[in-house]
Formats: sequence, C-alpha cells, structure tokens
Amino acid sequence: MLPDSPPAATPAPDFASSAPPPLPQPGLAELFIAFAKISLAGFGGVLIWARRGIVEQRRWMTADEFNETYALCHFLPGPNIVNLSVVFGSRFRGIPGGVAAFAGLVGPPMLIAIMLAAVYAHYGEIDALRRTLAGVACAAVGLLIAVVFKMITPLIEKRDGAGLVMLAAVFVAIGFLRLPLQIVLLVAIPVSLAVTIFQRRPKA
Amino acid sequence: MNSNGNPILALIWTFGLMSLFAVGGANSAIPEMNRIAVDVRHWMSDKEFADLFAISQLSPGPNVLIVTLIGYSVAGIAGALVATVAMCGPTAALAYCVSRLLRRSQHSRWPAIIQAALVPLSIGLMAASALILARSSDQSVLAALMTLAAAVVAFATRLNPFWMLLAGGIFGLAGLI
Repeated sequence: MLPDSPPAATPAPDFASSAPPPLPQPGLAELFIAFAKISLAGFGGVLIWARRGIVEQRRWMTADEFNETYALCHFLPGPNIVNLSVVFGSRFRGIPGGVAAFAGLVGPPMLIAIMLAAVYAHYGEIDALRRTLAGVACAAVGLLIAVVFKMITPLIEKRDGAGLVMLAAVFVAIGFLRLPLQIVLLVAIPVSLAVTIFQRRPKA
Repeated sequence: MNSNGNPILALIWTFGLMSLFAVGGANSAIPEMNRIAVDVRHWMSDKEFADLFAISQLSPGPNVLIVTLIGYSVAGIAGALVATVAMCGPTAALAYCVSRLLRRSQHSRWPAIIQAALVPLSIGLMAASALILARSSDQSVLAALMTLAAAVVAFATRLNPFWMLLAGGIFGLAGLI
C-alpha cells in the first residue's frame, strides 16, 4: 500500500485466466472488476498492480500512455492512484466510467478495512491484540521510512541542493513545528515553483 | 468552518479541504490528519491514530484507507463513506478536468515543471509523517529496532512489505515490543 514500494515478491495473480481477452473499450462492470482486483492485490503498492493489470494483462493502455496518465495524477493533489482510476475510467466511459473504476478501487478494500476496524473497536483492549497491532505499527512506520529514503536517493544523485533544502524545510515545518498544512504549502509551492523555473531557464 | 457540532459535517469539511492540499498522496497528509484528529478535534489519542495507520497498512488497497478508518471511528459506517468520498471527490474532479484540458492542449511543459517542484515537498511531508508516527509507535528500544529493521529490509530488498508487517505483528504478540 505504500507508494513506490518494490514489486511484490509473490507471483502475480493470473488476470488472464479470469478476465475476457483484451478489449479496446472496457464496459462499466469490467472497469469496476479490474480496479477491484488491482486494489485487492495491492499489498506492495497499488501502482505496480495497476500497471500490470492495465498495461500488461488487459492492454487497455500502452506503457507510455500509462506513464503520462500517472505523471498527471501524481502532480495533482490527493491520492494518486484514486486520481488515476477516475481519469482512466472516464477516458473510456465518461463520468460513469470514472465512478465505476473508483468504486472498484476503493469499495472492496474499504469493506476489509472497516471489518478490521470493527474488530479493533470491539477487542482493541485485549492485550494480545494490542501488542500485535503495536508491532505491526512499528513495522509500518519502517516501511514508510524506506519509501522516503527511496524517494530522496534520486535528489541526492542529481545533487539537487535546492530540492533538498525545500524538503528539509517542509519536514521541519510540519514534523517539528506542527504548522497547518495549508499555510506551509501556500508558502512552499510558490517558492519551489520559482526555484524550479529558475533552474530550468533556457541557458543564453 | 463552524462544524464542531455535527461529526459528519466536520469530516466533510476536514477531508474535503485536505483533499486539495494532499500533495503527493494520502501518506503526505498524515501529519495534517494527526494534527486535526488528535490536537484540534480530539477525535482520538495519538496511540489510536497510530493503530489506525497500522490497520490501514494491513488492509490491501490504496493509502487513502487511513481516511476511511478515521471516518469510521468518528461516525461509524456513514462516517467512513463520507470521509473517503470527501478526501477523493474534489481532487478526482480536478484530475478529470485537467486530463481533459491536457488532451486538448498536448505536450505542455508545465506538468513536468509543476511535478519537479512538488516532488521535494511531498517527500518532506512523508518524512514528517514517518516522524510523527514513529513518535507514537516507537516507545521502547525494541520497538525502534523493529522500525529500523523494517526500514532497512524494505529499502535494500524487494521483499513484499506484507512480510515485514507480519513479522512486526509476531514480535509484538510475543511481547517483545
């Protein structure tokens, strides 16, 4: 579920055996089922499974189209993969298609998460469950830290000093000073945009 | 703004607004969720928040499930639905509109510039998320070691993250954390 997690070590679920042959125009039910399968497989990062399901198994998009769509959804705010499902579904079937893909992506995992939360609400005080969940929480934080370091690596390799300064400033403002997100971003986004445009200006 | 009375309205307001500021996805918005759920609205304790994050990671699916779980703990099933739709709706509508605009005006250089500008910010936000969650989860030396071990394994290998969560659960159950 973490973004940019490495590809899962477990074998891919066999989409080909259960799905109809690749169609250029998936219907609403197909969109729902495709995204439900992608999402439920997505322990190790939904993105990898989305690429596998959409590009490799179903051939609804080429790899380049997928990358462009993902890049768009990544620079927009909000959950990236949710944006991707809506943009993708609506490309084929308009707004109903976007809703069908979104419902497939979010609906079934929501049911699972709510069932787990209901168990937690009823039995959360049981010591064994508390201890287990505390251990899972520690590991989950570790996974998040790994994602952060994987994402920082390219900035260090590019020697992107300005980017690293922006990163550190946001980290301190939000992590230590606990400033509200909107205020931090209303300052950080214009500054970061200005720096990026300056760095990329055409060399005279 | 004045939505302190009705928890459903508070959820819609909180996550509808957060949706448009969640640069880099749901995990970047965790510090803001924590600040609002724990400090501002007193919906839950720091510890409960960390537990909900752990549950969201245990479920398959997108990271936005943490929002579903906050909604559920505030106002049951209705809260879960409302919070999830509020977090996804505004930005999904925006994505839909922008993707249609971009298909008409092909190959603008702006998406690349905006993305390059936002990447460091979203990493900084995720680092802050990790810090805030670590503060409430890692209360002992062994807990911190578990976090460190999971981080190193996930960084250095391609092992499915689920196995790290499972290992954490087993060590926790054994009373080591």
